[in-house]
Amino acid sequence: MTSVVSAQSLGLTFPTADGDVVALSDVTLDVEKGEFVSFIGPSGCGKTTFLRTIADLEQPTHGSITVNAMTPRAAREARAYGYVFQAPALFPWRTIENNVALPLEVMGYAAHERHERIKRSLDLVNLTGFEKKYPWQLSGGMQQRASIARALAFDADLLLMDEPFGALDEIVRDHLNSELLKLWAATQKTICFVTHSIPEAVYLSTKIVVMSPRPGRVTDVITSTLPAERPLEIRETPEFLAIAHRVREGLRAGHSYEE
Amino acid sequence: MGSLRQSQTVAVLVLVAVLLVVWYIAAIFLNAPVILDRLSRDGVTPSVPELVLQTWSYTRPVLPAPHQILIDLSNTTLTLAPTSKRSLLYHAWITLSATLLGFVMGTILGVLLAVFIVHNHAANRSLMPWIIASQTVPILAVAPVIVVLCYNLLTGQNAIAQVLHLKADAAQLFSKAVISTYLSFFPVVVGMVKGLRSPELIQTDLMRTYSATTWQMLKLLRWPTAVPFLFASMKVAVAASLVGAIVAELPTGAQAGLGAKLLIGSYNGQMVQLWSALVLAAILAGALVALVGLAERITVSRMGVRPA
Repeated sequence: MTSVVSAQSLGLTFPTADGDVVALSDVTLDVEKGEFVSFIGPSGCGKTTFLRTIADLEQPTHGSITVNAMTPRAAREARAYGYVFQAPALFPWRTIENNVALPLEVMGYAAHERHERIKRSLDLVNLTGFEKKYPWQLSGGMQQRASIARALAFDADLLLMDEPFGALDEIVRDHLNSELLKLWAATQKTICFVTHSIPEAVYLSTKIVVMSPRPGRVTDVITSTLPAERPLEIRETPEFLAIAHRVREGLRAGHSYEE
Repeated sequence: MGSLRQSQTVAVLVLVAVLLVVWYIAAIFLNAPVILDRLSRDGVTPSVPELVLQTWSYTRPVLPAPHQILIDLSNTTLTLAPTSKRSLLYHAWITLSATLLGFVMGTILGVLLAVFIVHNHAANRSLMPWIIASQTVPILAVAPVIVVLCYNLLTGQNAIAQVLHLKADAAQLFSKAVISTYLSFFPVVVGMVKGLRSPELIQTDLMRTYSATTWQMLKLLRWPTAVPFLFASMKVAVAASLVGAIVAELPTGAQAGLGAKLLIGSYNGQMVQLWSALVLAAILAGALVALVGLAERITVSRMGVRPA
């Protein structure tokens, strides 16, 4: 297997008025091709910062990181990844299909190919029939699905997802989780997924990276023993609960109660 | 909703009625001394009702009554051909054409400056103070300087004039439009700098993940986000343009235009004329702002924004 993301003693320090804030410290990690890796930890543990560093939205101050064996900047310029943010960030003046077309327009795809890709991406997230709607006409869950379609439209092999379902209610979130697994199986993409929900992390991932704050660091990396086929009921099996327990232990160990 | 609209109409009408009453009363007190003075020279002492009626119909009043203005307005607009130099519509068109030309130039200049300021750190720090300073200069003082300068540049014996070969009318129009531009670019710059900077961080991050160019960022994100700001600025700018065009006509010996009518009315003590030019200017300003508002509604609904 080849590493899609490879970080060596990666560190990132933000200078602020109150002194330096260490967001990431000594993170060494590999994400292999085709993996579904979840990053879990309390807020301030640097999980989003790590994702943004992969995406070249933040610059590391220590160590090194490669994406597809390139610098993150080169990878971004090669359109190596699709990024899904916490909020859908759809442009309100564009219809759903035109929102999905946005990256295709930026990247200069021809009109007929744009059309094909919009259709395929919307089909993958089950939004066929909503092409001409405006974002405000869709529910929160549908908006987030549209933003996933937008990230899929240009066929990057790596999908970076920053708490994409964090703002949705549990029922919608369950539904989207199982849809995401189907989508992952269908597209064979590598997915990096940031979450603060233990069941979500265990349910989705092949690998779970547990992180802890002050400074942001990796405390445990758990390889999932769950089968590839995962119905929602799998969350009641002892195997699932055992992994969830280990994640919880990892979170507790990393958490300092002295403060 | 219906009753709210109803009550708003009523409120506006009540206000208008109150203003009219105040106006008629003010006309009595302001015009009475002049009339009494003239009558006393003839040795006539009028009764109170006679005096009151005379204050509302005197031909050279200090403050004309509303109906006098309306009659003069209809006499100078409805009964005359709009091409006649005595028609107020002819003068309104002279002013309006300079207003529109200046407004278009001001809006384009404002947008270009805003785009430049948003994309260039040096421009951001150096240009803004000058732009603000430009508006603190009393326009009434600079207007004649600029208009005369501009007119001579366009018609005099110089290279620019020889190349352009403008007629005197066109040169005059352009010279006045420059003042309109001077006043109208400012709200557009201020509004558009704010508007072009108003995309959310998450949206600019998204465009960054696509490695969008600065131009794509402007075209696909900043510009559409700034559209509501543009219209708000344009409403202020179009009214400022009209003021600019009128001011440009005031002290430069312009032969035509609402500004010229105002000046002539004031020189000759023709208050009725002066007021009807004023009222027409106000109607014009209201109509222009309403037109921009209409353009805004059409554009915004085409952009698919959620109806309020």
